Amino acid sequence: MALLDVKNLGKKFGGLKAISDLSFSVPENIIFSIIGPNGAGKTTLFNLLTNIYPPTSGSIFYNGREITRMPPYRIARLGISRTFQNLQVFLNMSAIENVMVGCHLRSKSGLMASAIRLPSVIREEKEVRRMAEKALEFCGLSEFSHKPAAGLPYGLLKKLEVARSLASKPRLLLMDEPAAGLNDTETTELCGLIRQIRDSGITVLLVEHNMSLVMEISDKVLVLNYGKLLAHGAPKDIQENPEVVAAYLGE
Amino acid sequence: MKRLSGFVLFALACIATPFIFPDNYYVTVVGLTIFVNIILAVSLNLLMGYAGQISLGHAAFFGLGAYSSAILTIKYGVNPWAAMAAGALFVLVLSYVLARPILRLKGHYLAMATLGLGIIVHIFFVQADQLTGGPDGISGLPTLSLFGVPIDSDMKWYWVLCSYMLLSVLFSLNIADSRAGRALSAIHGSDIAAETMGINTSKVKSHIFVFSALMASVAGSLFAHQQNFVSPESFSFFFSIELVTMVVLGGLGSTFGAVIGAFLLSILPEVLIVFEDFEVLIFGAILIVIMIFLPEGLFVALRNKATMLLSRRLGES
Repeated sequence: MALLDVKNLGKKFGGLKAISDLSFSVPENIIFSIIGPNGAGKTTLFNLLTNIYPPTSGSIFYNGREITRMPPYRIARLGISRTFQNLQVFLNMSAIENVMVGCHLRSKSGLMASAIRLPSVIREEKEVRRMAEKALEFCGLSEFSHKPAAGLPYGLLKKLEVARSLASKPRLLLMDEPAAGLNDTETTELCGLIRQIRDSGITVLLVEHNMSLVMEISDKVLVLNYGKLLAHGAPKDIQENPEVVAAYLGE
Repeated sequence: MKRLSGFVLFALACIATPFIFPDNYYVTVVGLTIFVNIILAVSLNLLMGYAGQISLGHAAFFGLGAYSSAILTIKYGVNPWAAMAAGALFVLVLSYVLARPILRLKGHYLAMATLGLGIIVHIFFVQADQLTGGPDGISGLPTLSLFGVPIDSDMKWYWVLCSYMLLSVLFSLNIADSRAGRALSAIHGSDIAAETMGINTSKVKSHIFVFSALMASVAGSLFAHQQNFVSPESFSFFFSIELVTMVVLGGLGSTFGAVIGAFLLSILPEVLIVFEDFEVLIFGAILIVIMIFLPEGLFVALRNKATMLLSRRLGES
């Protein structure tokens, strides 16, 4: 059974069809890339999957369960996490605190318990810190853990978002243009990181413009054009698909 | 216990002050106002500084606590502590019901809604004179007793309000450094990312709204007993704005920032009295200068500067 099943998904913004009649499914434990020209609806698709806004039509199934129009925090609870194209780092916190927020779902102390700082809170706090340190280390950010996020360069903030997502122990990770704005060395590092994430048992859904990166690491590629599915298959087939070439190069 | 070293120092200072300056007007009279203001500023900071949700109506909950105590004890002869609890319960229900619809709003709209709440409650205090005594207010609250000891002197009130103030500060510090506090900061930093990390943002926001309102309500009840008198003036829109100013002046999002802000804004008018007619003018000028040169707030700016100097010194050696 596929981990993610998208059926006849559609989203209209006024008269504009950002996504129309899109169906696909993502098997577990692969790197699944979504590519397409600018404005093809890639980020919109991510926003529909995490219900940042609801779809106009169609439905989304995750692990056999319908998640269409479920509040985003409940979708996260089921094991779907994401990073953002335009960074959504908590700039008012340090790097490790950002990642500790990622551990929200793996801890449970409430407001009152925290206010009086019950022994269970102190214990959990230690545990959360340890989990966050582990996620930072995984993403190569250990040395920055106590730096304020607002002072970190762009490339590290991108990684920080990944670390934050991983800290929630997702089963499906949505990455929105993780390589945008990174230099070649950073992109190579990212390549290794995404592979490691998949190898740790997490299914990766990747939106990316960097074609060499996509073709190198993806197990499957889906091409979107004007909100419609243009092609779908292994990286090699996509590269040779005349329709895809036409969409990218303009006939 | 490095985490609470600042708190311990602060608590010791508060306890030592009346022994160092016995029978001092600024300690036993102004001090009580300062404590109440600190409690209110700290509770408002939980909502505004941590969660980033502005409230221009915080005085309303303070007032509802105060009036509940005054009305229930005087008109209905209820035990003061029971009246305080009833007031808190009423504020709990009211703030819980209001939280979701109000906190769905953002930015200016949230400011307008909370402003409206503050004004409506104030109008109620003025207009419902059968119940609230109208503009004249209500006086003659019974003396509060704690474990059989009547709290009937300024010095006893100093200890009662000091204890509650320290407790509020401690709660606030504990929350800041916890899962709940991080959820609040996350909402402040990015609503969408917080939600995507599994935080039920509307629930978290309404919980802190209620918590903050409860703290203010209990402060209001104590204030009413201490003053022995309540009138609408103490709970007006201007007082809500003053509370916001305290939080911003000291430094949004910092518990001790709220403490310093409340301290300054309470003591400045007292000190500036020597300038007579120019008092308000100088008061305003000081606020403007601080906000121009230290926009992140007095306490936060000074703390950041100190840590910077310290780390540079350590780096050199």
